[in-house]
Amino acid sequence: MSALSRDDVAHLSRLARIEATDAELDRLSGELAVILDAVARVSEVAADEVPPMSHPLPLTNVTRPDHPRPSLDPYEALAGAPASEQQRFRVPRILEED
Amino acid sequence: MAAEELPRASAASLAQRLAAREVSAVEVAEAHLDRIEALDADLNAFLQVDRAGALAAARSVDERRARGESLHAMAGVPVAVKDVITTRGLPTTAGSRILQGWLPPYDATLVRRLRDADMVVLGKTNMDEFAMGSSTEHSAYGPTRNPWDRERIPGGSGGGSAAAVAAFEAPLAIGTDTGGSIRQPAAVTGTVGVKPTYGGVSRYGLIAMASSLDQAGPCARSVLDAALLHDVIGGHDPMDSTSIDAPVPPVVEAARRADITGLRVGVVRELGGEGYQPGVRTRFEEAVALLVGAGADVVEVSCPSFDYALAAYYLIMPSEASSNLAKFDAMRYGLRVEPDGVPAPTAEQVMAATRDAGFGDEVKRRIILGTYALSSGYYDAYYGQAQKVRTLIARDFAAAFEQVDVLVSPTAPTTAFRLGEKLDDPLAMYLNDVATIPANMAGVPGMSLPAGLADEDGLPVGVQLLAPATQDHRLYGVGAALEALLEAQWGGALLERAPELEVRA
Repeated sequence: MSALSRDDVAHLSRLARIEATDAELDRLSGELAVILDAVARVSEVAADEVPPMSHPLPLTNVTRPDHPRPSLDPYEALAGAPASEQQRFRVPRILEED
Repeated sequence: MAAEELPRASAASLAQRLAAREVSAVEVAEAHLDRIEALDADLNAFLQVDRAGALAAARSVDERRARGESLHAMAGVPVAVKDVITTRGLPTTAGSRILQGWLPPYDATLVRRLRDADMVVLGKTNMDEFAMGSSTEHSAYGPTRNPWDRERIPGGSGGGSAAAVAAFEAPLAIGTDTGGSIRQPAAVTGTVGVKPTYGGVSRYGLIAMASSLDQAGPCARSVLDAALLHDVIGGHDPMDSTSIDAPVPPVVEAARRADITGLRVGVVRELGGEGYQPGVRTRFEEAVALLVGAGADVVEVSCPSFDYALAAYYLIMPSEASSNLAKFDAMRYGLRVEPDGVPAPTAEQVMAATRDAGFGDEVKRRIILGTYALSSGYYDAYYGQAQKVRTLIARDFAAAFEQVDVLVSPTAPTTAFRLGEKLDDPLAMYLNDVATIPANMAGVPGMSLPAGLADEDGLPVGVQLLAPATQDHRLYGVGAALEALLEAQWGGALLERAPELEVRA
């Protein structure tokens, strides 16, 4: 287990799409180091032969007949959007310029 | 019964009196709404109070009863709903700035079931942001105060629901429990809280933190009242693929019978002793002695993997949370913030600025921790290893339940601590859930009920009961029996000893 550097935390913030300020990065890297140190205890458990458990119940795929049924209308679906236009979500540009 | 006394009545007795038309649903709703108005500016248990909606629902109950229609047994009984559950047309924020003012276009299945039973939704209760916390201090809308001592935390994340019930603002409330968020607030407010078996209550409309751990359940002032609410909200829902396709366990019947004949009880060695406050240990030991006195067969059981449950939980939960919270992207709902000094920002820049402004510190910590735990090169050591520990925890439960019918432990290691005391020490905050987390990891049901007041601070202590998956009714049977034994000793309910709340200027 390796400790997290401030640069690591900045990288992770970018991956998580959180534009953290310098002060936040300073604080987060200290706090996360303490937390990681504590959770790293899981490595003390000898569990090589143990299967991983992702879920408390045995999951089976659930399907239903593919019949049309009522759903949200476009007005309801867009009602909470920060911006909309022509019954669509209006978003900032998604490409860098050139 | 005078109007100002109505909020002190149990849900069971309100239901009875409403059905007998001794009191109207409007009178009951108004009595609770008035009490909320008088107290809540100070307690901050509610983020939204829906006076108009509650009174309209109550009037409809009264009108239909007057016409002689047969209604659900709980019709007209008020209930508060944690703000992490969607309510159509009623703001739902999950305690976060990023969802401030959001009006969901749909009801959660459990809310639909409350409305179908004609229960009266009073409003939405305060919580740690996205249910991440053990004190309600991580709410973007200010902390909730503990009715026993308003300088102390009401637990979390569902501190609002627990405080509302403890302060007689609502007879019942809905909570959600990912690592203890129903049970720990119940413990520190002297109330009853139940996390059902995973899959026992639909998660459709529950804003997810960790989908394999989250479970909604009842908050109440008695075991029977909790059972009555559990019965309304539980059961299969085709809208939740993890919902158990079986009838709701017979929780109400079990609570009424309160039978512990031949009961085998296991005291979990790893959930107690060192690290637990002396008054918590004393009250817990006395509760166990009462069960012995009533004929239960009590043995100590060991669940060695529980020592690693907290560590594994703080890898699995943030991993799932970081993925679930990716949906808050500033595009489809909620806040949108443009970054400073960036002309024509990209969607990605807007997203990052919004998530920085919209999420609080604890949410950011968990998202970044989860992002790390899932990242290439660390996945096996962290998330993968935590999932194996999870298997070992489930095996420990399975072995324990071969020997005993229920397990018992203190619900939380301490009584309510002071507001601000653990806010700067995330790890100390996490330790509050050390005894409640194993149940979520394995998906088994758990209940917290009051065990008395700690000698050193006069604050409530909770005792936790755990049962095998789908055996929720065992919790209610044992819980109701223990509650009766304790109340016989106390000469009444524990909450009768809570200080009378006065309106503070």
